[in-house]
Amino acid sequence: METGTKNETTFDQVAQDEILVAITHLKKSFGNNHVLKDFNLTVKRGESVAILGKSGSGKSVLIKCMIGLLEPDEGKISIFKKNIPDLQHEELDRLRAKIGFLFQSNALYDSMTVRENLLFPLRRHWIKTTREEEENMILEALNNVGLANTINMMPNELSGGMRKRIALARTLILKPEIILYDEPTTGLDPITAKEISTLMVEIQEKYGTTSLIISHDLNCIKITADRMVILINGICYAVGTFDELKESTDIKINQFFE
Amino acid sequence: MQVPKAFNHFFEETGKVTKFTSRFFTSGLKPRYEFKEFLRQCFVIGYKSLPLIGLTAFIMGLVLTMQLRPTMVDYGVESQIPDMVSIAVIREIGPILCALIFAGKIGSSIGAEIGSMRVTEQIDAMEVSGTNPYKYLVVTRVAAATLMLPVLTLISDAISLYGSYVGVNIYAITSFRLFFLQVFYALSFPDIIPAFIKTFFFGFAVGMIGCYMGYNSSKGTEGVGRSANAAVVASSVLIFIIDLIAVQITEVLGIN
Repeated sequence: METGTKNETTFDQVAQDEILVAITHLKKSFGNNHVLKDFNLTVKRGESVAILGKSGSGKSVLIKCMIGLLEPDEGKISIFKKNIPDLQHEELDRLRAKIGFLFQSNALYDSMTVRENLLFPLRRHWIKTTREEEENMILEALNNVGLANTINMMPNELSGGMRKRIALARTLILKPEIILYDEPTTGLDPITAKEISTLMVEIQEKYGTTSLIISHDLNCIKITADRMVILINGICYAVGTFDELKESTDIKINQFFE
Repeated sequence: MQVPKAFNHFFEETGKVTKFTSRFFTSGLKPRYEFKEFLRQCFVIGYKSLPLIGLTAFIMGLVLTMQLRPTMVDYGVESQIPDMVSIAVIREIGPILCALIFAGKIGSSIGAEIGSMRVTEQIDAMEVSGTNPYKYLVVTRVAAATLMLPVLTLISDAISLYGSYVGVNIYAITSFRLFFLQVFYALSFPDIIPAFIKTFFFGFAVGMIGCYMGYNSSKGTEGVGRSANAAVVASSVLIFIIDLIAVQITEVLGIN
């Protein structure tokens, strides 16, 4: 386990080509509220990293900076060796096709059926497919989450857990190399939350995706994450496995496990 | 001198609306064009508003005729009812009434729809999916509102005049041909063209304000409600301001 402001594994510790995500000296403020002060993180290919922090600690801000929805004030966010804040719209869109994002609120389009929701990213990213291929991709994504029977349903006809699964299927349709999960189990009952966590692990094993999970849910983190990062005061305060951090004597880390 | 807070807020908001609107003419008109969504919006905004606007236009034409009739009879100019109604409807009442109903129906629905999409992160999801949400949501809706309101106004004017014809026939039998001949004799291009042109601006204002309010909706369902409400209020006021400006312009140009 590593703690302190030095935070995170340095580049020379892992082979450069294995690093998919490298965040260095990231800063983001909203007025006088300095959310991210000097955040550093590297994520290797195939790794599953969870970020734990209090509400308002900047976890969602971090993940939105990573996908280009927010612009950082300073620092670099290198994904696939490209600095996200420097990318033009078209280049960013091309990169986004390789990055899946599961929103906290699922963000399913209310006016579209499940099929249309899944088709949307497929068509918007200019991926050339025949109708038959599209249908197969939709069915594969839905089968992955066990909800092929909901293909013609509207989002408002689905339960909270089903909506989360459909959102995950929409994320999966482009077969992304990295999936960013923003609070994937928030608002779900413990049983459904466990099902979603297990599903995340299955998907990672099946497609070899790299995952970055923002969560408060320790059970979810325990099931899904290889490594945990604790975000306190805008910096990466501690890094380690779930068990390592749980055994920590640091009061600031301990409060998350109480 | 300290500038009052309300003034500050007003100018700040005006600046934001202007910036938001300018995007329509810069990035919004460049490819990639969202034709499919634009056509869908034309259907939703235009076709689905038709029953409400048609009904109100018919009632307005009928009631206007019934209210005018006693005074016209007193002055002995009952036969001039079609002339008076047609000029009033085509020049002013038709476009304004149609635009206000349009603002109530479409402005609020755009504000609420885009507002709820903002709150539920659907706009962010769109951006992540490689879609420019401004083009997909705002440009299509504003363009559809700008094009559909003039069409709806033309239809509602025609329905209003038919309502007036029905109103005239409640008291005395008048032929359809005679009524509409008199209507067209009374009208000239300066009555129709400026009134028609201003409806494009009304439509643009309703679409843009609805989209702005929704796009900048604050978190939560309360914010969505507030956006829908603000969209109707702001666009209704703007319609009157545009109307006032349009009248001044036609006066200056001497086409009144």
